[in-house]
Amino acid sequence: MKVVIDEDKCVGAGQCVMAAAEVFDQRDEDGIVVLLDAAPPESRRAPVEDAAVRCPALAIEVLP
Amino acid sequence: MTGNQPTTSTRHTPGTQPMGRTCPFSPPEGYRTLREEDPITPVTFPDGAKGWVVSRYADVRTVLADPRFGANRRRVRPGDAPDAPLAPPPPGMFIMMDGPEHTRFRRLLTGQFTVRRMQKLAPAVEQIVADQLEAMAGAEGPVDLLQAFALPIPSLVICELLGVPYEDRAEFQENSSMVLRLEASRDEVMQAQSAMNEYIHQLAVAKRAHPTDDILSGLVQSEQLTDEELAGVGSLLLLAGHETTANMIALGTMCLLENPEQLAALRSDPALMDGAVEELLRYLTIIQYGLRRVALEDVELDGHRIEAGATVLASLSSGNRDATQFPDSPDALDIHRPYRTHLAFGHGVHQCIGQQLARVEMKAALSALFDRFPTLRLAVPADQVPMRDDMLIYGVHELPVTW
Repeated sequence: MKVVIDEDKCVGAGQCVMAAAEVFDQRDEDGIVVLLDAAPPESRRAPVEDAAVRCPALAIEVLP
Repeated sequence: MTGNQPTTSTRHTPGTQPMGRTCPFSPPEGYRTLREEDPITPVTFPDGAKGWVVSRYADVRTVLADPRFGANRRRVRPGDAPDAPLAPPPPGMFIMMDGPEHTRFRRLLTGQFTVRRMQKLAPAVEQIVADQLEAMAGAEGPVDLLQAFALPIPSLVICELLGVPYEDRAEFQENSSMVLRLEASRDEVMQAQSAMNEYIHQLAVAKRAHPTDDILSGLVQSEQLTDEELAGVGSLLLLAGHETTANMIALGTMCLLENPEQLAALRSDPALMDGAVEELLRYLTIIQYGLRRVALEDVELDGHRIEAGATVLASLSSGNRDATQFPDSPDALDIHRPYRTHLAFGHGVHQCIGQQLARVEMKAALSALFDRFPTLRLAVPADQVPMRDDMLIYGVHELPVTW
């Protein structure tokens, strides 16, 4: 599984951190998403996909 | 709730017979019919604007995430033709801005509201909650939970975040309440709004001279905003963080008291609190009429042609009861419900910036309240609690409780 984020789209709502804190974090200065793990293990697929769905700005893409 | 429904349809129930609530915790029944039979409904709004109401979960998300729908819906005069120019948003009022202008403001603030920062704030919030409960415990007879508990909490928290002195909070509550009151005259609203702006303006000037560790000082030091913009942003945050959370705490308490089996489950397993907060947010959806957007160009939406200039009302409360998204009895409060993304904080680039703070506050308030007063109950029959049918933000006007 590969995760791709679009920093320009991110609006810093923090939904991804709520869904999968092992994979997503936020920059302190501006709250923009930080990808902690661009290729998370398959076991984390559910929360990562949840993060993508929750993202209000549709800034997260999950690739197979 | 007659007369205050913002939508009147040309061919549906809302037009001929304004939709009212039949359950204090649920949106008007008519929305169910709309969702099932005519989910993209043509309407004429009270200000004469022609437009649409979308009531299905998926359509609400689509509209709110699509940049072809703008957040500034202010024509110069009410009733102006759709191609009349939009008035520019007041300085700093970024919830009414689109595109790069919106992003510029939003990015100045998002760092202040990250999940991590809000979780760090939890102990301070818990202390504020404990102090309010202690004061409440000393009262004799029934107390109004809204005034004694639910309002002071977000008030104190947002004042702390912004660096607003506690002694000024009464004035803030008065002004913010006025701005949101539907029956207030335009003059009253403008006056309250400008009093608030003026106050924040003065506070910002003071912060410039003596910066402290708060959001307003941070914004002043960024040197990216004019004083006018600072005042606008500051009063927007105060307004947005005030009555919303207060009403979620008060209405959420009432809702749990009216669903005793759910409350009992929650009390027996505090780990259910996170899910309970999400479910209360979904179930109650206090932004009761939804969010308005304006089509910036012609948009095709599920077979309907939304013309440029048309207003679209995205009904958050209706979307949050959509069985397609919440398949298991969407009209029931179920704190065990598996998390599915709800619309209580909106969606799209304007989604609530303070949502993590709201979660921290609700969690702290509800946990401590039911711990401190295990026998808490309404002091009047539920149908005598005055509901805020008349306000943009739903909730209770007061909540008499005893224990």
